[in-house]
Amino acid sequence: MGFTRRFLCRPTAMFGLAVFLFIVAIALGAPLLFSRGPFSIVGMPLLPPGASGLLAGSDVLGRDMAVGLAYGARISLLVGIASTVCAAGIGVLMGAVAGYYGGWVDDLLMRVTEFFQIIPSFVLLMVLVAFLQPSLASTVIGITLVTWPQVARVVRGEFLSLRAREFVQAARVLGMGDAAIIATQILPNALPPIVVISSMIVGNAILTESALSFLGLGDPNLLSWGSMIGGSRSAMWVAWWTTVLPGACIMITVLALNFIGDGLNDALNPRARR
Amino acid sequence: MPLVSIQNLTVSLPSGADRALATEGVSLDIGRKEIVCIVGESGSGKSITAHAIMGLLPRGVAATGGNIFFDGVDLLRQPADAMRRRRGRDIAMIFQDPMAALNPVLAIGKQVSEQIRAHQRVSETQALKQAARLLGEMGLGEISLKAYPHQLSGGQRQRVMIAMALSLSPRLLIADEPTTALDVTTQAQILKLIKHIQTMREMSVLLITHDFGVVADMADSVAVMRHGKIVESGATAQVLGNPSHAYTRALIAAVPRGASQLPPVSQIRPVIQVKNLTKRFRRGGLFSSTPTTTALDDVSLTLGRGETLGVVGESGSGKSTLARCIIRLLDPDAGEVRLEDVDIAHMRSAALRPLRRRIQMVFQDPFSSLNPRQTVGDSLIAGPRAHGEDVREARRRAADMLDLVGLSPQVLQRLPHEFSGGQRQRIGLARALMLRPEVLIADEPVSALDVTVQAQVLKLLDDVRRQMNLAMLFITHDMRVAAQICHRVVVMRHGRIVEQGSTRDIFAAPASDYTKALLAAIPGRQAL
Repeated sequence: MGFTRRFLCRPTAMFGLAVFLFIVAIALGAPLLFSRGPFSIVGMPLLPPGASGLLAGSDVLGRDMAVGLAYGARISLLVGIASTVCAAGIGVLMGAVAGYYGGWVDDLLMRVTEFFQIIPSFVLLMVLVAFLQPSLASTVIGITLVTWPQVARVVRGEFLSLRAREFVQAARVLGMGDAAIIATQILPNALPPIVVISSMIVGNAILTESALSFLGLGDPNLLSWGSMIGGSRSAMWVAWWTTVLPGACIMITVLALNFIGDGLNDALNPRARR
Repeated sequence: MPLVSIQNLTVSLPSGADRALATEGVSLDIGRKEIVCIVGESGSGKSITAHAIMGLLPRGVAATGGNIFFDGVDLLRQPADAMRRRRGRDIAMIFQDPMAALNPVLAIGKQVSEQIRAHQRVSETQALKQAARLLGEMGLGEISLKAYPHQLSGGQRQRVMIAMALSLSPRLLIADEPTTALDVTTQAQILKLIKHIQTMREMSVLLITHDFGVVADMADSVAVMRHGKIVESGATAQVLGNPSHAYTRALIAAVPRGASQLPPVSQIRPVIQVKNLTKRFRRGGLFSSTPTTTALDDVSLTLGRGETLGVVGESGSGKSTLARCIIRLLDPDAGEVRLEDVDIAHMRSAALRPLRRRIQMVFQDPFSSLNPRQTVGDSLIAGPRAHGEDVREARRRAADMLDLVGLSPQVLQRLPHEFSGGQRQRIGLARALMLRPEVLIADEPVSALDVTVQAQVLKLLDDVRRQMNLAMLFITHDMRVAAQICHRVVVMRHGRIVEQGSTRDIFAAPASDYTKALLAAIPGRQAL
């Protein structure tokens, strides 16, 4: 049974993937689905969902919430995926080198990692983003910088234990080079935790971006789910949909990603192969 | 009436296991003051039988038929609460791995006295006194009650376990492979201790083992198990001397005799020469003082083409360190390792890599020596690829190589977890041979295997050695295995070579006391 089949056999993974693809489709199709942009005003402020043909109501400025949610998905997903790719890339590289070589290399890289870990990450993030000027790029850079240490730690731990295994020693005895051993022998065996932690980082990055936008540190020219919540917080008690709907979007996306991560973990386990 | 009478015991396994029943119609009597051995290979159901007596079957496994009478009471029909009270008081058990069974953060005196206080109303001081007496009886008189498990050796830990098991004077002691994790001299001492306390306390002992040598030394009667059934049982002398079942005969025949003794190769043409090799391990980190342990101390030896040189010794003797220094998985601190005329002991890894194909290795653990995510085919061609061989050519040779080690070439696409331990060792051997090495280092290649599989793999190694004219360095803790496959033997202790010579001479007339002790400790030496 192939990897794809094993993944799709799991109902939760299947559900997660379906939801995630649906959100991606909405995000990509936003300009086709809606003729107006997310910032254009369509009517009275704080109209409830369904009123005046507005599917999700309108926000404090009278903008269409549905359009906002669709366009917000683009930014939230972009930030989530871009910063995860960057953080996983840096983390895997650092962790692999530290765990494989050990000794002073490990000591040095782990001290650097700890340096990033001991600073309260959200404070660091706010300072970074404020320093770099709030923009999409600075958000991604900031989230990457505060997230890669988790990946590095996990990957290092995996490499430390795997490099002592006999099949890795066998690869050295066969005359394989370090890069080949890392890439073909150890990394495939370290993949499950990397995949799982990555799926969680996507969720976390979306949440972090929301928190930054809520505090007004997001890109002011772009609408994201977080900035929608942040902008509507004064209306939270009179118009629940202005905060609950983007919040629900965040929650569903993160949940879907966690399901996908679990499914990938199970599907990547060679023992499950028949 | 026997103390324990197992009648028609049937234990079922959860669905999805490789067979439906763990044991099927097992009947066995354990007489009073008797040592009974159940002997069998892994998966034979011998441990399950023992656990069924204790009422400690794993989740999902249940005794579905038969009776276990203990002094007339059917244990299978006792409520859980009554069984709990019996455990420890009537029936006690010791296990293979004493480190896993002892609590690492409690002192041993405390652990033994807690066991006593769990069943008896005595004060803590009294319990400690009893514990001290028990530990003294186990030959641990000089060990402080305040010692922690990690401060003890494997044999001492097993003695603590036995003291705990005996603390309530049980009438039956179940010992599940109690010496499998121990060195041979320690094994002999523990077996002697079990026999001694059995006589002194007039207990019954049920001993689970895979080793017919242990059976010969210990058992009054023996039951041979296979695939969940008892194939033969009876008095030890009768079963060993005149086995009636073909499987028993095969098992006994597969036990390495310690007596085959190949003649030494007439003229040694050295391919590896080790001179004054020394390796120290440093402990501690950046700011701590760094005491060192000397794992190899001035070791010199020669390995010739076409011969098998055995390196024997107990754990911590430095035999694996020696192998890893020769193959440069470790960097020696001083000395030479000459591969013909090149010294590779201190060569830089880039310069070493092209030479690596000449020395290959077979590892100990069949379960960790193959990459679980790589198909057999990919594992086999990894070496040739690293040395720039054409992939298609390597694939073709991989099929031939599998044929040579006795596997079908159709397994190329399979993953390691689909194979048994013996098959994996064959794959590991094939992977090493793909590089057409001159030297093969085998580090305990059969110690994780069942005895019949062990015999097959040893024969394969010897055949391959002959066919390819390999120089083989064979690391083992088992003197019997060494006798069977090695031309010459090196005996190591505490990182030094105690004695070396032809296998025949060393086994017939050992010069050092240590070698004599090792040989004397071989279980079943006289009987088999």
